[in-house]
Amino acid sequence: MGKTIVEKIFSKKAGKDVEPGDIIEVEVDYVMVNDITGYPAIREFEKLGVKPKIDKIIIIPDHFVPNKDIKSAEQAKTLRNFVKKYKIKHYFEVGRNGICHQIMIEKGFVAPGRLIVGADSHTCTYGALNCLGIGIGSTEAAVVFATGKLWFKVPETLKFLIKGTPRKYVMGKDIILKIISEIGVDGANYKAMEFHGDTIRKLNLSDRLTITNMSVEAGAKAAIMEPDEKVFNYLKYRTIGNYEAVYADRDAEYEKVFELDVSNLEPLVAKPFSPGNVVPVRELSDIEIDQAFIGSCTNGRIEDLRIAAKILKGKKVRDYVRLIVIPASQEVYQKALEEGLIKIFLEAGAYVSGPTCGPCLGGHVGVLASDEVCISSTNRNFIGRMGHKNSKVYLANPAVVAASAITGRITDPRDLDRD
Amino acid sequence: MRKKIIGRVWKFGSNIDTDQIIPAEYLVTDDEKELAIHAFEKVRPNFYKLVKQNDIIVAEYNFGCGSSREHAVRALKGLGIGCVIAKSFARIFFRNAINLGLLVVEADIVADEGDIVEVNLDENIIYNKTKNLSFKFKKLPNFLLEIIDSGGLINYVRKKYQV
Repeated sequence: MGKTIVEKIFSKKAGKDVEPGDIIEVEVDYVMVNDITGYPAIREFEKLGVKPKIDKIIIIPDHFVPNKDIKSAEQAKTLRNFVKKYKIKHYFEVGRNGICHQIMIEKGFVAPGRLIVGADSHTCTYGALNCLGIGIGSTEAAVVFATGKLWFKVPETLKFLIKGTPRKYVMGKDIILKIISEIGVDGANYKAMEFHGDTIRKLNLSDRLTITNMSVEAGAKAAIMEPDEKVFNYLKYRTIGNYEAVYADRDAEYEKVFELDVSNLEPLVAKPFSPGNVVPVRELSDIEIDQAFIGSCTNGRIEDLRIAAKILKGKKVRDYVRLIVIPASQEVYQKALEEGLIKIFLEAGAYVSGPTCGPCLGGHVGVLASDEVCISSTNRNFIGRMGHKNSKVYLANPAVVAASAITGRITDPRDLDRD
Repeated sequence: MRKKIIGRVWKFGSNIDTDQIIPAEYLVTDDEKELAIHAFEKVRPNFYKLVKQNDIIVAEYNFGCGSSREHAVRALKGLGIGCVIAKSFARIFFRNAINLGLLVVEADIVADEGDIVEVNLDENIIYNKTKNLSFKFKKLPNFLLEIIDSGGLINYVRKKYQV
């Protein structure tokens, strides 16, 4: 019997053939923590009184940095002190970092066939590069710091076959929102999602990363794709060490196969308070907004900023609306500067800041007041996610966010093209 | 023999996300008591004042979805929650709960808010004392029970690796 990509990666790591349902303890390639999850991880680790596996540990402060208040400053300081104490090799300081998942990819930790655990639910993002990324908690991250190993239950795999060429302004975001709305926010709970089809091959890496990133919004343990030339080219001068691409066997067994034709897909929005609460953008054109946010591990990459800049060029952000643009990393920021995108944002009246998770989780740089509405390129629209319990978040792709910032209402970018 | 958990029921719906359990603005500590004060703050204000030691949360599907923040489990522990019973759990929350020694049981039970419920881990039975109804649940895998019995993952690892 053939195997899925995740079954093959786990089999290789376990040194034996594994099947869904098997419980295995295996060595991971890397373990990543951020400032929020790293703090408890370090404190739990210190209880064990052993030396850490310093080659495997990656520490990236990103959620509440640059420090938003004294408590978050103390938290970040705990991370820094831990790094200094044990001479942790892979630490990324403010000014040389970005959102943890983007850094993991840019700095060459993420590569095909690897197994990486991260104390952040969006670790599943790495699957777009054929890397098995699995989100974990802080205490188990502490145990990986100590042992380099962790237990896993081999998941069943759901196969998604995506066909068709997306229309203008339809992005990876719309594809994954469509999938979440169809299978439900727990439709892939405990399972791996494996994406195939000509659409995936046509999409750029940024759109693929959005799809794997938000797979956790359907509950997925992992999301994965087969690598192609786009992946290999991207990794060429980045990857640390060697890697081995992993492809699904032709006779792999899937728990279920879903087919989706995206040819007629429209830009979509997830309404409060669930990423599965999805409707076409045009159904919401009477919703007025107070804030528009482009950024996060979901949609803060250069491709996202490019499409937003294209829409915003020569236009102004609507009166009383705040447009906040946060590149996902210093590298993205630098590139956006070089390409003149930052200038376009500034001239449109946007606020641009250095990388941070910031407003996505109601941290800082754009927390919402009561009854405020934000259209956001992020991943979650739960109650109070970006601030006050009576604020509302609508999730959409960055083109929709940019168009909405101009009109002050939730807007399908195709409707601006017509003007 | 494992201790039976006996407590009052607090009912919750489906898809209770970890942002509801503990909003992100409070993720600047790992202290259970400090976190507990803000548990469910945006959806059930002052919950911490109402909950007693060993009270039991009974929820529908996908409890603990969203962020991996372990602080959600710490907040529930700080409240004194003795057990969370749900029809299903989001996977990271489930692992975090086991790892921190919070009892989580996947079961479909009949209970109203305020009912007194007993969770028996040896017999895998939940008994609703108020309604005089019993419900079986699937035994947790042995190695998860070992982690729970050790009082969480850190103690389990200490024992296993003799550190």
